[in-house]
Amino acid sequence: MSLMSTLARLEAVSTGRAQPTATVRHRHLSAHPLVFVPLTTAGEAGAPLGALVGTDRDAPRLLVVPQPRDRDLRFVFLAELADVVLPYVDAYADVVEPAERGETDPETGKRVKVEVELCADAPQLIVPSRTGIDFVRLLGRSMRFRRTAEQDPEAPHPAPPRVPLLGRWLTHFGERARVPGSSLLLALTDLLSRHWATGQSGVEDQHLGSLLAWIDPPQGQSGEAAARWAELARDAEGQLLCPPAGPATDPAFDNKLLAPAIERYDRARLALAAAEDGMEADDRLGALTAAEREIRALVESRTRPTWDAVWHGLDLLRALPEGAHAADRWTRDRWSFTGHRDRIVAGEPPQPRIDDAVIAANKLAAREREQARLDAQEALDDPLVMAGRRLAGEAFAGEVVEVVMAYSEGKRPSPRPLVTVRTQDRPHLGERAKVYRSLGGKPQTAEFVGYEGADGALVVLRIMDKMGRGKEPEEGSVPEKGDLLCFTLFEHDQRGGAKLPDPEETPWTHGGPPGEPDAVPLPDPVTAEDVL
Amino acid sequence: MTADAVLDPGAAATRATDAILRDTLHGTARGVVVDSPPGAGKSTLVVRAALELASAGRPLMIIAQTNAQVDDLVIRLAEKDADLPVGRLHSSDSDPYDKALDELPNVRKSTKAADLAGLDVVISTAAKWAHVKGVEPWRHAIVDEAYQMRSDALLAVAGLFERALFVGDPGQLDPFAIVGSEQWAGLSYDPSASAVTTLLAHNPELPQHRLPVSWRLPASAAPLVSDAFYPFTPFRSGTGHGDRRLGFAVPSDGSGPDRVIDEAAESGWGLLELPARHTPRTDPEAVRAVARVVRRLLDRGGAATSERSEEPVPLTADRIAVGTAHRDQAAAVRSALAELGVADVVVDTANRLQGREYDVTVVLHPLSGRPDATAFHLETGRLCVLASRHRHACIVVCRAGVSELLDDHPSTEPVQLGVTVKFPDGWEANHSVLAVLAEHRVGWRP
Repeated sequence: MSLMSTLARLEAVSTGRAQPTATVRHRHLSAHPLVFVPLTTAGEAGAPLGALVGTDRDAPRLLVVPQPRDRDLRFVFLAELADVVLPYVDAYADVVEPAERGETDPETGKRVKVEVELCADAPQLIVPSRTGIDFVRLLGRSMRFRRTAEQDPEAPHPAPPRVPLLGRWLTHFGERARVPGSSLLLALTDLLSRHWATGQSGVEDQHLGSLLAWIDPPQGQSGEAAARWAELARDAEGQLLCPPAGPATDPAFDNKLLAPAIERYDRARLALAAAEDGMEADDRLGALTAAEREIRALVESRTRPTWDAVWHGLDLLRALPEGAHAADRWTRDRWSFTGHRDRIVAGEPPQPRIDDAVIAANKLAAREREQARLDAQEALDDPLVMAGRRLAGEAFAGEVVEVVMAYSEGKRPSPRPLVTVRTQDRPHLGERAKVYRSLGGKPQTAEFVGYEGADGALVVLRIMDKMGRGKEPEEGSVPEKGDLLCFTLFEHDQRGGAKLPDPEETPWTHGGPPGEPDAVPLPDPVTAEDVL
Repeated sequence: MTADAVLDPGAAATRATDAILRDTLHGTARGVVVDSPPGAGKSTLVVRAALELASAGRPLMIIAQTNAQVDDLVIRLAEKDADLPVGRLHSSDSDPYDKALDELPNVRKSTKAADLAGLDVVISTAAKWAHVKGVEPWRHAIVDEAYQMRSDALLAVAGLFERALFVGDPGQLDPFAIVGSEQWAGLSYDPSASAVTTLLAHNPELPQHRLPVSWRLPASAAPLVSDAFYPFTPFRSGTGHGDRRLGFAVPSDGSGPDRVIDEAAESGWGLLELPARHTPRTDPEAVRAVARVVRRLLDRGGAATSERSEEPVPLTADRIAVGTAHRDQAAAVRSALAELGVADVVVDTANRLQGREYDVTVVLHPLSGRPDATAFHLETGRLCVLASRHRHACIVVCRAGVSELLDDHPSTEPVQLGVTVKFPDGWEANHSVLAVLAEHRVGWRP
């Protein structure tokens, strides 16, 4: 944790309210996000209990699995989820704009520009918490290898038609969420704790209710008291007044309310199956419907408060202006979305179960680049973030007090002006360290020459580039006396790394080329435990 | 084999080196792995292997991890054989290599591998090699500091060579990624793992050697470092007790720093213990104590006697280093030293001190003053690097209460399936180092 965020947390504790750690919103928020509030069944990984999902805050769609261990009911749930998610995704896939992409020409090996389609906008999924992102990934993994009756008539438990496709999309969203700064799939708790520091620990910040209580406590209450209430307050029956944001549910709810309701549902189902005539069946169907309605009401009662909290949180975030570079990162998300759309249209198989060596290395390199880029862009977009970097000795700001023209040695002397900056910051400048400032959105490099002045408050820099080709620097490219400037010790943009070999050329140190992958890996064989 | 040959560290080291060179020059395996404890002559081995491969007429590429390591190897090669044609492949940044290379007539420098084709030895960093494409693969490669190289960096360059000698120190800091990589934990080719881990996971039959003698660490330090960090692959010191001595012309003034200096000069280890307290990372008292110890080391006219020279060598600023866990701590120590008028003493983090050697090191303990023990601070390699840079003595400055802190914070990292558990864990290594340091404790209230 940086010194700045520690200070913000201390201030939050002493004032009883969360403190802003950003002055702009560092993530793009879609005008029409799809909010997904899932609940899972305790003790059975990946068995959804229900969800609220939709793009209209006043009209969420409630999906419920009245008996979560029943695979058929689970498929009904997933098919319903596909009916909501896929049309939402498809709506973005159809609106495109022309764009250019650099590609390597297979014949000449040269880099050429290719005209391609880029989706004009992309879908955005919002889940309440980080564990919600894990759950999206889990759902994606459980669905993308399923076979529909059409694909495999022999499949003992064929999936409904659009379920494998939903699995591929959720997998893509889940994988993209691992890229720093991406916004295709966001957890609201992460978003909020990026922009505010509370007086509680990072783990406690994963509780959406208490996080919101710190940021926006009810009138007249301190954030701390409201957070305590959100986390602990229970009614006379021992139920939490602010249900956890899921997907895991509160054990008291599971034991006292959900389990008896599911048992009633099971009994009603057995009774219906045992009905001997139509009249009796009608009655018992009524009982079954009532039992199901009861479970639906229970699930809604635990998801609706979270649903409303998510929209409340989005409102708070929308009040912040979007950071300048957030749109740039959203464009990368749009490329990612377009790329996956194209892979599906081209009939490529679903994402493999595990990455091969080359894909894994490429992903790691790309994410490290994105992390460094994100850190730099957030600081450049936001003086409060930059203040944290300055406090950490990674940047410094000050006034230019002197500019002396100087030239490089050599045949064609180029301008290398010496600029003296007075600063109160204490940057960790090593010998000949490079520093950067933003000049019209592009980084200009300078080299650290030395400290001057008795207290070392004067930093002498030599400007190295972005001054044009002539002997005299271009107008406006050299700082002037009196300018207030901010230099960073970190680079503003990231160079692309070296190209890795193609997977077919994986070297012997990494096990050689991966074997022919099955076109589509088969799902695990169904065992007796799978169909209780 | 006589008893003398077993006991003689020189003979043991020679035997190990001969076996390594035999496997490298005449073996059939595509790779040879050499584990080297701190100061065991890893660079000497690399230089010797390079010269032998070159003299056998086999073109060789050398992959090191940093530009400083590359330049150092080039200079060592030229020292051993000034006529050897060496290519230094470098980046197109400004100041891409050490200016000292310009003095060497047989070293050709270029940003393009094609310009260096045909030279006996071509050296560069892994990052630069990764950009080399479309060349005939080298028959041989030497990968230096292979345990500090990430698996994905090896993936990028492994196509450039047919067979390779991998040399490194398994006890030092593991490579790291700045983003989470749990997704690939347990895969044999986890891109964030070390190059050697991936190499051996796919090629378990490769011959593995280790260098058995540390020439850097004194007899007082080798057993501690070996037991704490290399419990299954022990090594020993190349020198005996009494071969190295550290003396001071100015007697102790009785202060904490002077007493700990005397303790360390006598025994090789010193622990300057400040009162227990939770502090910010740049604990001003501890930082000042570190600076004070360095100042006194210089003021007291130290002289180091060792097998390297007949006469005692003065303990000057360039023979002393300060090691910390974090960069801001290093910066704080630097400014505290500047206030005491000390210049030219290297102050750096464990990561940057890897591979370096000094007569005396002063270490700010990674856990000093902390309220918690995170995986970063517990990392075995960090403490190992800090405790194994010295030829004579190591002085640790620390707040009291670290062993209680360790007891309060057992490792809580999630266990990943398929990942080889590293022994010893940082928790245990920290405890065993503390147990030894406690015998050389000097309490001090600044």
